[in-house]
Amino acid sequence: MQAKIAKYTGYFSLDFLKSIKKIYYACIINLGFYGYLCREIFKHNTMKILVCISNVPDTTSKINFTEGDTKFDTNGVQFVINPNDEFGLTRAMWFKEKQGAAVHVATVGDASVEPTMRKALAIGADEAIRINTVPTDGFFVARQLAEVVKNGGYDLVIAGRESIDYNGGMVPGIMASLLGMNFVNTCIGLEVEGNKATALREIDGGKEKLEANLPLVIGGQKGLVEESDLRIPNMRGIMMARKKALNVVEPIDAPSQTNDQKFEKPAAKGPVKLVDADNVGELVNLLHNEAKAI
Amino acid sequence: MSTEIATKEILRGGQFIVKETDCEDVFTPEDFSEEQQMMRESVKEFNDREIVAHRNRFESKDYGYTEECMRKAGELGFLSVAVPEEYEGLGMGFVSTMLVCEYISSGSGSFSTAFGAHTGIGTMPITLYGTEEQKKKYVPKLASGEWFGAYCLTEPGAGSDANSGKTTATLSEDGTHYKINGQKMWISNAGFCKLFIVFARIGDDKNITGFIVENDPENGITLGEEEHKLGIRASSTRQVFFNDTKVPVENMLSERGNGFKIAMNALNVGRIKLAAACLDSQRRVTNYAINYANERQQFKTPIVQFGAIKSKLAEMATNCYAGVSACYRAAKNIEDRIAIRIADGNSHQEAELKGVEEYAVECSILKVAVSEDIQNCSDEGIQIFGGMGFSEETPMESAWRDARIARIYEGTNEINRMLAVGMLVKKAMKGHVDLLGPATAVGEELMGIPSFDTPDFSVLFAEEKDLIARLKKVFLMVAGSAAQKFGAELEQHQQLLTAASDILIEIYMAESTILRTEKNAKRFGEEAQATQIAMAKLYLYNAVELINQKGREGIISFAAGDEQKMMLMGLKRFTKYANYPNVVALRTQIADKIAADNGYTFD
Repeated sequence: MQAKIAKYTGYFSLDFLKSIKKIYYACIINLGFYGYLCREIFKHNTMKILVCISNVPDTTSKINFTEGDTKFDTNGVQFVINPNDEFGLTRAMWFKEKQGAAVHVATVGDASVEPTMRKALAIGADEAIRINTVPTDGFFVARQLAEVVKNGGYDLVIAGRESIDYNGGMVPGIMASLLGMNFVNTCIGLEVEGNKATALREIDGGKEKLEANLPLVIGGQKGLVEESDLRIPNMRGIMMARKKALNVVEPIDAPSQTNDQKFEKPAAKGPVKLVDADNVGELVNLLHNEAKAI
Repeated sequence: MSTEIATKEILRGGQFIVKETDCEDVFTPEDFSEEQQMMRESVKEFNDREIVAHRNRFESKDYGYTEECMRKAGELGFLSVAVPEEYEGLGMGFVSTMLVCEYISSGSGSFSTAFGAHTGIGTMPITLYGTEEQKKKYVPKLASGEWFGAYCLTEPGAGSDANSGKTTATLSEDGTHYKINGQKMWISNAGFCKLFIVFARIGDDKNITGFIVENDPENGITLGEEEHKLGIRASSTRQVFFNDTKVPVENMLSERGNGFKIAMNALNVGRIKLAAACLDSQRRVTNYAINYANERQQFKTPIVQFGAIKSKLAEMATNCYAGVSACYRAAKNIEDRIAIRIADGNSHQEAELKGVEEYAVECSILKVAVSEDIQNCSDEGIQIFGGMGFSEETPMESAWRDARIARIYEGTNEINRMLAVGMLVKKAMKGHVDLLGPATAVGEELMGIPSFDTPDFSVLFAEEKDLIARLKKVFLMVAGSAAQKFGAELEQHQQLLTAASDILIEIYMAESTILRTEKNAKRFGEEAQATQIAMAKLYLYNAVELINQKGREGIISFAAGDEQKMMLMGLKRFTKYANYPNVVALRTQIADKIAADNGYTFD
């Protein structure tokens, strides 16, 4: 055997060749380990984003109430992803595509909200979570979502700054408070590098640039992305949405803090009065005495 | 998409005229799956964002924008819906492909034509007749929108008589390729396509042959200037000239002389898809008209409150509802038939081909009915808009111009009317539909004592369904007697065939409308379907009037003396209501509902 090896190896001694072999095996083992380690580090470093979705009536819906004006009449109403949430979802998709984030979506609602969740999956979210209860007030919803955030270990939570149905606007703030996470509301721009987020916030008459560490809750709106950036689910995405997980979790016990007593629609517009352009006196008279605007 | 095959026997093509259909056996838009609803929303969003919002670009003949939108449609997967998965398509069922076609088509006739020409007659001849190599080579590119397709059948001297084309294909001496020479015209997508499906004659063959020809200007292919058209202005429509264009022999589609068959079968699919393409246009035009009628005030009153306007709006909505009902009924029949054939061991290709061919009668019926409905709808839409409707500023003007082509392409409505009856008679001769038995029974009934049985009128649609059954007798009486009288000569009597066809069309549309509504009334309640019930009744009333007129016209054209008297008596009996509906009240009910909703909200 030795002679054979010597024959084939020429100038190299057997010991030298044996040591090379050991180094080779050590490298293989180490590479495997480092590969595993790298994967684990990468997995850990992959930003985990939760986008909170509200299932709201389409903006063109006819608004009516039932049960003595205490409940919204959903008859014939088409539901969509809350527009402020959709800006957040699109921004999350950019993070996923450019920085390798994992995007989950969550909502509080009964089975009727699932088409809206599936649309989010068709747009590209990886997984959906439905908290199986009918949403009541902002505090209740925030408690439910906070539980999902806590259990899911999310780095970034994006919710719309308000939903366009009841215009609550409380959920992201309460959620951040319950979780002890940083919070930026009315967010119109967001970048994340490592553990640090740079957020642009709309303030009266201008913009504010903030830096915050993750984990972070964002109350997002238009500006995170523009309307033209919103995605139309493509056909393949729609077909794939069927195969993605839509996990249903049971709600935690969390009492509502408010109850809807009554809804009222704005009074119907009265007839328009046209005032002759030369008759400024009559205009002032109407504005002062009738409209009581001046 | 998996197709649930009904365990019950599915009605064969054309059989509706002799058989009664249970409402539970028809598919309706209310049966769309959640996935199909999501597809619909996606397509609507694309249409609103990319097509409707840029209507002016289409009207100003921005062909580049049409191409750009086609590319975007490709990115979203809309071009690959009907393409089998093995060729990088989505392999969805026939209903889903109809759905995409319907909702993508309403923003602009220009885009609708480009989409239809590419996905239908530009792609389907290869998926339906191509060899494995041809499909692998070309279909993925067409499905993704990397390449666009066009269909070269029509020539200056060969329109409706498509098999009379003069374009030739000559085999080279070494037998490796054909040289194509000829002129094709009205070629949609010619300006930006990469692939032509070309029909040419080899030698003195009786029938033309299909070829796949890549668009290469270096290979003797030149294009004429863009045609300036009444409508679909941004659909690229040019002449294509082939001058010694070399086509490898392996690019022959199917077999030599099979071109006419390919052309006709591609058109069957094209016809039902064209009908679908006209549906959302009707819905959109109706919506514009309702919105305007609610806003526009004359005599200090919104014009929607005037009976003259209500009547128009109600008819527009009703015809739209009928078109949708009939199209999806037929689409599901086709989908099920394809699934049955696949289950029976047919290849997907063959199953699809035969599945659609089976319902060729219905495809022609739908093409005629819906293309005429969109024309009437946009015409009345202009009328409701008044002077504004005549202006380019409003969408009515372009809708009206765009609608006009639908009565011409995919076989003119005149050809399709005659085809519908002609194909039905052929089916009867092949034994696929038993027309003779029921026609003989009608003949006997004419000579017998009329039945005094009356249905239980308290049951929803009892009277209407009884009437539908009698209207079918009108068709059997007119077409059966005419066929008996003229035999093979029948096809020479085009006016008579056209009248019979109108009867056939109205029966299919009215029955589909009633079946859909009956099914929905059973599951959602009659109260929830009150307006739809009114629309089904109104449609039937109009159908009965027309059938009366066409039946009379037909009978008088070929029958005389006692025979004529007997048939006219039969016609009267078969088209008689026991309780006439108050159509003014029906129209008012429908118009009031859509005015209150400020839109057409029925599907």
